[in-house]
Amino acid sequence: MSFGSWIGEPVNWVFLALGLAVLVSGFRVVTSKNVVHAALFLVGALAGTAGLFILLSAEFVAWVLVLVYIGAVVVLFLFGIMITRAPTGLDEGLDSERKLGPALLSLAVFVMLAWGSIEAFGDNAVATTGAPTATEILGGALLGRFVIPFEAVGFVLLAALVGGITIARRDLTPLEEEERTSA
Amino acid sequence: MIANQFLILAAALFSLGIYGLLIRRNIVLILLSVELMLNAVNINLVAFESMLNTSDALGQVFAIFVITVAAAEVGIGLAIVLMIFRNRRSANVDELNLMRW
Repeated sequence: MSFGSWIGEPVNWVFLALGLAVLVSGFRVVTSKNVVHAALFLVGALAGTAGLFILLSAEFVAWVLVLVYIGAVVVLFLFGIMITRAPTGLDEGLDSERKLGPALLSLAVFVMLAWGSIEAFGDNAVATTGAPTATEILGGALLGRFVIPFEAVGFVLLAALVGGITIARRDLTPLEEEERTSA
Repeated sequence: MIANQFLILAAALFSLGIYGLLIRRNIVLILLSVELMLNAVNINLVAFESMLNTSDALGQVFAIFVITVAAAEVGIGLAIVLMIFRNRRSANVDELNLMRW
């Protein structure tokens, strides 16, 4: 498929806009000198990804992404940033000085993945009918064919909840324990 | 739309995640980079689902599983970060060299 015929489809302009937003936000996430800004740029990257999912007629997954990631995970990150009192202003010590090796490695990974997908899939079209995938299908799959993994992942969430509380809880020192029992 | 445009975008996002993972020193920022990589995988899964059109929407189901596990991972990860910060007064991975040989 030539670039001319590719750009002729209006839906690809939407893709270009969203993809560019995702990439720029993602780049700022890994390069920003301000910790809070990095977390907020993650919101941009995730919102762009949700837009791409809607483009791919995966509406339910898009809103799950918005609710779980932007609604919960990023808030959790902001709490983590505040609690660890990471400097909220500019900080030069945030990055390692050795950047050339990681840059080359990530470039090599990108070239490998991109080349592989071009070789493997060529011009394979994604079939979007415009109508979103029925949530009924997803629900049927989750509670039918994938009910065991679904239960397992629920158990993982419960274990993470209990584990998170157990790890983050501050244990009382022996002195405090004594004060509490005597009071 | 062709599948490759999504796959290449996801590859770029994944590489950015690897870059961030390797150059960042602050643990919270490292976790942010991991989220970027998981997100790239989600784009791949949903794009493959659109390409193959399976009857059960398998790609989207797997994307939901990835999102769930990522949420659990962030919860545990930040709890560990909190614990480390409380003990060491630092969220810098270069200073956590107690177990380095």
